[in-house]
Amino acid sequence: MPFVILAILAALPLTGLSSYAMHLVILVVMWSVVGMAWNLLGGYCGQVSFGHAAYFGVGAYTAGILYTKMAISPWWGVPLSIPVVALFSFFLGYIVLRLRGPFFALATLASGEVMRVTAENLVDFTGGTLGIMIQERTWVEKTWYYYIILLVATVTFVLVKKLAESKLGYYFVAIREDQDAAESMGINTTLYKTLALCISGCLTGAAGAFYMNYMGYIDPNVVFALHDISIITIMIVMVGGVATYWGPVVGAVIMVLLAEWIRSIPGLGTAHYTFFGILLIIIIIFLPNGIVGDFPKLKRLLKLQKA
Amino acid sequence: MADLLEVKRISMLFGGLAAVNDVSFTAGKGEILGLIGPNGAGKTTVFNIVNGFYKPTKGEVLFKERRISGLKPHQVCRLGIARTFQVVKPLQRMSVFDNVLSSAFLRAKGRAEAEGIATDAIAFTGLADDRDVISKGLPLGKRKKLEISRALATQPEFLLLDESFAGLNPHELDESIEIIRNIKARGITVMIIEHHMRVVMSISDRIVVLNYGEKIAEGTPGEIAKDPLVVEAYLGEERSA
Ligand SMILES: Nc1ncnc2c1ncn2[C@@H]1O[C@H](COP(=O)(O)OP(=O)(O)OP(=O)(O)O)[C@@H](O)[C@H]1O
Ligand SMILES: [Mg+2]
Repeated sequence: MPFVILAILAALPLTGLSSYAMHLVILVVMWSVVGMAWNLLGGYCGQVSFGHAAYFGVGAYTAGILYTKMAISPWWGVPLSIPVVALFSFFLGYIVLRLRGPFFALATLASGEVMRVTAENLVDFTGGTLGIMIQERTWVEKTWYYYIILLVATVTFVLVKKLAESKLGYYFVAIREDQDAAESMGINTTLYKTLALCISGCLTGAAGAFYMNYMGYIDPNVVFALHDISIITIMIVMVGGVATYWGPVVGAVIMVLLAEWIRSIPGLGTAHYTFFGILLIIIIIFLPNGIVGDFPKLKRLLKLQKA
Repeated sequence: MADLLEVKRISMLFGGLAAVNDVSFTAGKGEILGLIGPNGAGKTTVFNIVNGFYKPTKGEVLFKERRISGLKPHQVCRLGIARTFQVVKPLQRMSVFDNVLSSAFLRAKGRAEAEGIATDAIAFTGLADDRDVISKGLPLGKRKKLEISRALATQPEFLLLDESFAGLNPHELDESIEIIRNIKARGITVMIIEHHMRVVMSISDRIVVLNYGEKIAEGTPGEIAKDPLVVEAYLGEERSA
């Protein structure tokens, strides 16, 4: 089954999709990566982060700054963002992972905002609010961008699945269910939470670095955005299904298409946040495990409607 | 021969309250040591100190002649001390088997070995038939057994059981007494907190009695039953109840 899906995805550019359709597909795949990364920390390990923009942004700026300051291809940012974000998430984790529950959530929210303000103010380094612009895009065609992010997504999917089924995955879920129980079962909760955060952060950062290359322009309000990155990431996973393999992918499809559709309605402006809010409330009430997690329930509901 | 566990003059202050006050005792290898006392006497606090949740305000704890007070619970567990919780803490959305498997990884070299340890542990406590039940849906008696299975899966030398019998029916009670006897037969040293007098008296080799954070007696079940201080502490409790 996964191979069939991968084969279909790999053949997608051959079907002559329009450039706009390809753009949406690329966004879906990129958001799947961020969603899967968040899911590892928030879904499996139970550490609900409201600040994943911090990792996305650091990844994006790694690529951007390599280009502006070191004059090398921003594509290097995709692999190089991994050690950079690993170091960054290690330090951030050292601070925020001492906190539990809502305090952790608030600290992550603050960390995303702190990064945004920092990027705005380190003008010499980041270009401040002017952002970073890549003068020549690598390709005009979307195909290669698509294959690159599809590769990142495939690696992420396999990695998350392997981790979830290993000792590490059991430890993450044990920590999610009860930290005190986990500690007294011999699980070094600080270590494993830090690991979950680092892996999650690195994958998110790689997606951010891709974003820099693909969009060709970033600024602090784009890549460190609370609503457009951190909150959307949570929504993708909640809508799709927390702690499921395909949940973030399904969530990414829905959220990208929904955002596109709402944006096309004239005169709505940023009112789409309201729609997302309503959608989230509906999901939490009726499908608390998301579309994938509550799929059997969803099928039952649909059958009931028909009958 | 030195004792397996030595608790030396530990005190634990919460604000102004001395939950544990200058308590010392030892546990020898292979014995079952009972810890009793009225509600709020400080029994669970002693466990929390031994297992590393609390660092004692004063005093120290030695395990196999090594100081363990100040270590984290996961380090204490790795050294060979496992515990259960009075207020049970099942990993709710995991099956019984996965709960136990999570703790079996501690000493296993791989997945297969961990599964073996977990399978043994649930067979030992009689949970084999509930292997795939999500632990959230378990009745209390089985949750208490799950706590014991999970602790056993870390392959401890020393096991702390905090009221593993509370809320059980007479049949479950007999089963649990049998389980503890079998744990002892495996060479594991056991320390139990228990309100059920019949149970503590029948399975403990020795008993330590706490009242208002202080140790008021220590001895064999026979000695404890006759101790005037103990009788008074318990009668006092009944009178105020
Ligand atoms: N973390 C804490 N903070 C403040 N006070 C505490 C804390 N833990 C325990 N206490 C207090 O210390 C005293 C001893 O509590 P402990 O739980 O050790 O008693 P216990 O002997 O286990 O009682 P029970 O038989 O009811 O389980 C109680 O007065 C309790 O309120
Ligand atoms: Mg207690």
